[in-house]
Amino acid sequence: MTRRDSYLRDVVWRRFRANRFAVVGGLVVLAMFALSILAPYITPYDPNTLDAYHVLLPPSSDHWFGTDEVGRDVFTRMLFGARISLKVGFVAVGIATMIGTVVGLVAGYYGGWLDSLLMRFVDIMFCFPTFFLILAVIAILEPSIWYIMLIIGLTGWMGVARLVRAEVLSLRERDYILAARVIGCSDPRIIFRHILPNAVGPVLVYATLGIAGAILTESSLSFLGIGVPPPTPSWGNILASGKEFLEFAWWLFLFPGLAIMVTVLSYYLVGEGIRDAMDPRFSSRR
Amino acid sequence: MLYYLAKRLLLMIPLLIGITIITFGVIHLAPGEPVEMQVAMNPKVSAEARERLRKFYELDKPLHIQYGKWVGRLVRLDFGRSFAPDGRPVIEKIRERLPVTISLNMIVLILEFALAIPIGVMAATHRDGPLDRWATVFVFLGFATPLFWLSLILMYLFGVKLGVLPISGLHSLGYEAHGIWWQAVDLAKHLVIPISVATFGSLAGLSRYMRTGMIEVLGQDYITTARAKGLSERVVIYRHALRNALLPAITILGLSVPGLIGGSVIFESIFAIPGMGKLFMDGVMARDYPLVMGVLVIGAVLTLIGNLLADLAYAVADPRIRHGRERAL
Repeated sequence: MTRRDSYLRDVVWRRFRANRFAVVGGLVVLAMFALSILAPYITPYDPNTLDAYHVLLPPSSDHWFGTDEVGRDVFTRMLFGARISLKVGFVAVGIATMIGTVVGLVAGYYGGWLDSLLMRFVDIMFCFPTFFLILAVIAILEPSIWYIMLIIGLTGWMGVARLVRAEVLSLRERDYILAARVIGCSDPRIIFRHILPNAVGPVLVYATLGIAGAILTESSLSFLGIGVPPPTPSWGNILASGKEFLEFAWWLFLFPGLAIMVTVLSYYLVGEGIRDAMDPRFSSRR
Repeated sequence: MLYYLAKRLLLMIPLLIGITIITFGVIHLAPGEPVEMQVAMNPKVSAEARERLRKFYELDKPLHIQYGKWVGRLVRLDFGRSFAPDGRPVIEKIRERLPVTISLNMIVLILEFALAIPIGVMAATHRDGPLDRWATVFVFLGFATPLFWLSLILMYLFGVKLGVLPISGLHSLGYEAHGIWWQAVDLAKHLVIPISVATFGSLAGLSRYMRTGMIEVLGQDYITTARAKGLSERVVIYRHALRNALLPAITILGLSVPGLIGGSVIFESIFAIPGMGKLFMDGVMARDYPLVMGVLVIGAVLTLIGNLLADLAYAVADPRIRHGRERAL
């Protein structure tokens, strides 16, 4: 790493830290990780054990978020649900980012007909209301968490592809890339060592926002009855089953919704915070 | 301008072809056949009748022939007949539902622009101050809230608890008997919650875009010139800066079409609004393939049209685009 790199990193980090909302968002994101990893140590209950004697209890010191219609502790289910929801977000975005990066690199670096073909494909994919495509495929296939992650990923890579391609196009003609080619670097080496690292920032921002989007999409699918299949808890399906009890067991509905809202908001704030901190146009004039 | 329009229209043809290929591919990825669904629901169907059904829907032909025939019919706006018991033409069903979804989304779009632009401008002019930060949190909150959750909470509060708003559909029972004003108020009451929630959810994209655009424009030399001339800050911002920052916002108009259409599934399901989203959802659950394919194609075409209109508006508003592209040809 050169000194210039570490200097830039310091500047970005300092600007990010100055943005209080982004920092709070970051802390919430970290806290959610900790809670979901430590879930079994935090709660004495099991997320799937039924308890006929403690059905639909309101929040109390024993059951912080109450219990559901079959006596499961809602707080416990939400801790374990956090694992599933975060997994859906990360895997789906991982898939989308990988496809998008490869497509963007290839299109931008090689250009020509390959570029035109890939970018027309991106245009076509962008035409579909994504949620319609996801619904159509998920409803046709058997409900499973893997399909959901795969489909959200397969319908979410186009933005990354455009982003990476634009970055590659602007870097491709730089002198240092020419220099690398002159000294005999291979294409893959130029792409992965000299071009890709420069595109990491924008992709990171996009991925952060994408994770939030995927968590929301999963909850919408659950609401429509085709999300992560129960009894596996996800925030989406806890919320979806809670809607039946809205009138007399508000805790089943309120808490999972709040959890999704706070988490998604935090991811957005972090993503925007990184974007603002990295953007030279936004360097503070004050 | 005509030349630009013609070129733009020609460029849509490969996209249209791509849309049909993807739609067809997605539906035919499915294991099992649509006929099996109908057969499974009806034990009286014999093997022979099943074959007849397959023939009828031409499922016995190879895929590329099925695709060719389907596209051939699409060109004539024939989307086939729905698998639903009523067996009506898909295009008829879509034609019934489309105006509802489009008009609702138009209202949301108008409100979105009316609110998001001032919010974005305000955030830009108070950059990094508390007003900017809180505006950011507010619009992102709209983005981050599961909208069905918020809708149901509001529906419960205003519809069930307070009983001041109706909870589903577009009209009250027996609305035909009342005067036009009563009907208008009735319709508005039914739409208050879905439209406000949808608008709240849509603010983030455009307002952030406006904020970025304004910050960029405000840093330009001509703004400094305007300020140096002694123009009031109001004039500088609303006369000189806003106009240029608004230009890119037109593109957002086109880009937001697929999101709005996709979101209509949720709203129309919750509030029992007879629009295209509900039609699609019902079709998906019943594996009504002709209907699902029809709505997918129409949804994508609507996006194409939205983008086309946005590009044309852009070309009208910005002579650089219009002339630049013509010369480049």
